[in-house]
Amino acid sequence: MPTSTQTTVSGPAGAPDPDSRPASGPAQTPKAVVRPGDRIFSAATLIAGILILLILAGVALFLLAQSKDTINAQISDPSSITGGHGFFAYVWPLVVGTLISSAIALLVATPFALGIALFTTHMAPRKLAPVLGYVIDLLAAIPSVVYGLWGIALAGNLTAFYLWLSKWFGWIPIFAPDADGSVSNTGRTLLTASLVLSIMILPIITSLTREIFLQTPRLQEEAALALGATRWEMIRMSVLPFGKSGIASATMLGLGRALGETMAVAMILSPGLLTASLVVSGNQTIASEIAQNFPEAAGLRLSELITVGLVLFVITLLVNMAARAIVAKTSVKGS
Amino acid sequence: MSKQIDIKDLDIFYGDFRAVDGVQMQIKPRSVTAFIGPSGCGKSTVLRTLNRMHEVIPGASVSGEILMDGNNIYGPGVDPVNVRREVGMVFQRANPFPTMSIKENVLAGVRLNNKRMSRSEADELTERALRGANLWNEVKDRLNLPGSGLSGGQQQRLCIARAIAVEPEVLLMDEPCSALDPISTLAIEDLINDLKDKYTVVIVTHNMQQAARVSDKTAFFNIAGTGKPGKLIEFNETSSIFSNPEKEETENYISGRFG
Ligand SMILES: Nc1ncnc2c1ncn2[C@@H]1O[C@H](COP(=O)(O)OP(=O)(O)OP(=O)(O)O)[C@@H](O)[C@H]1O
Ligand SMILES: [Mg+2]
Repeated sequence: MPTSTQTTVSGPAGAPDPDSRPASGPAQTPKAVVRPGDRIFSAATLIAGILILLILAGVALFLLAQSKDTINAQISDPSSITGGHGFFAYVWPLVVGTLISSAIALLVATPFALGIALFTTHMAPRKLAPVLGYVIDLLAAIPSVVYGLWGIALAGNLTAFYLWLSKWFGWIPIFAPDADGSVSNTGRTLLTASLVLSIMILPIITSLTREIFLQTPRLQEEAALALGATRWEMIRMSVLPFGKSGIASATMLGLGRALGETMAVAMILSPGLLTASLVVSGNQTIASEIAQNFPEAAGLRLSELITVGLVLFVITLLVNMAARAIVAKTSVKGS
Repeated sequence: MSKQIDIKDLDIFYGDFRAVDGVQMQIKPRSVTAFIGPSGCGKSTVLRTLNRMHEVIPGASVSGEILMDGNNIYGPGVDPVNVRREVGMVFQRANPFPTMSIKENVLAGVRLNNKRMSRSEADELTERALRGANLWNEVKDRLNLPGSGLSGGQQQRLCIARAIAVEPEVLLMDEPCSALDPISTLAIEDLINDLKDKYTVVIVTHNMQQAARVSDKTAFFNIAGTGKPGKLIEFNETSSIFSNPEKEETENYISGRFG
């Protein structure tokens, strides 16, 4: 085999003839011609990309700068922080409350969202499907204050159900009754807040997964049907595998919304100390803690709340990174 | 396992559009029948009525009868799912399930039919189907890799393996070689020759040499003009269709003269 340092790649028209010049370097690819349109487009996308990063960094920097007082207090005198036991003792119940309520919301909303999306794309009569899709999209446009008001109304009606839960399933810590053997008599518990959250994130998950299910290649669906798959089997063989990564990112967007939802939770939940039981009063989420205390906060208290916000920012970032990793792992390549 | 197909007075519609009109045909078991004709004359449409895939398209409908060994597949109470389990289909573009391995692809249809199958049975069936589709030697070392990692021709043969793994009575193929190179095409034609020992095969093709090479009987469809329904013009032994067709239309088409 002859060894040659000469480039044998002949470029498009306009590339210098490789035979006419001595090979001076190992990799002599002819310089590609870039058209002005491409150049403008790539500059625009670059600027947009940098802008996003700058905004993100700006938010992070702002939160960090404002957290300075809290960090100092934490180092010099932890007992000056709300609760009297330092920042971490203060923040971790909030973190737990936030994660639990979001997880419940996600757990409840995802199956429903997938079911509705599958129904509208593959089961519903042709006339009904667009109407359903429209209604779901409308749900997403309802302001969270309205959900909050509705949640308060709902809470009162849930107490009987919570009592029943605590009676039969009280042995499970999350449904345990309080010391008097009773549950919250207003129903304004973390479980109520979580259920309202699940309804709030339902539309976004539904409408994203619906778009994905609509894009299942017809050929894939027919492949399953022609093998004698029933409609459900076809969904399992073609639609779901194809939509896997889309479902993952849709749920993660829903989770993001649940983590950050402020208004509805602040209105519904009567906050309190961290308790394992979700049917008695107590617990609090980060977003709701900030919203409820911000108006009167000043000085160190204000800085504390902003630091709590920083914690939420980090949690959300971590969740999104995890979601990216999941999506990258499960995405289908080809066809 | 091979059935006779009798098509009686078959009219096929897309919504209000009558795509195919008045087809009568008898397809013998253990034979290869080729559908030829100009684009848009309804070959695929007719083929897809044979396993009730036509009605998957919104608004599509059929009138007339298709008898498989005497039983009307459009009769009342017939479940299209059961029809499709007996009538396999290979599409123009290979469509293996991208998330499934080669082996899972082959077994996909069988798993639908009866879920319980021992490991050794599954292995045996996979090998048999892949050998049947002339693909075994090329993939036997990578059965657990995704089916989408194969070449186009291999993917098409994988789809054939998937279709024959369920041992259907009838095998329908819609231009199975149109995206393939001559060597893969030859492999599939050889395969069709083997398949007719066991199955009733119906194949749509634009390649008249192919029709002449693989089929016992040939059906020529034609269309009078756009918007008009396609019609079955002539259905006869392949040799007579290509050597002395009865109809002038057929003669014009196979000799390359149109209109
Ligand atoms: N999904 C559909 N909806 C409405 N009309 C359709 C549909 N599919 C096919 N048709 C119409 O039915 C007629 C027959 O189409 P068909 O696909 O059966 O033709 P064909 O003979 O297979 O053509 P080709 O050789 O190009 O594949 C055509 O007029 C076509 O426009
Ligand atoms: Mg066709």
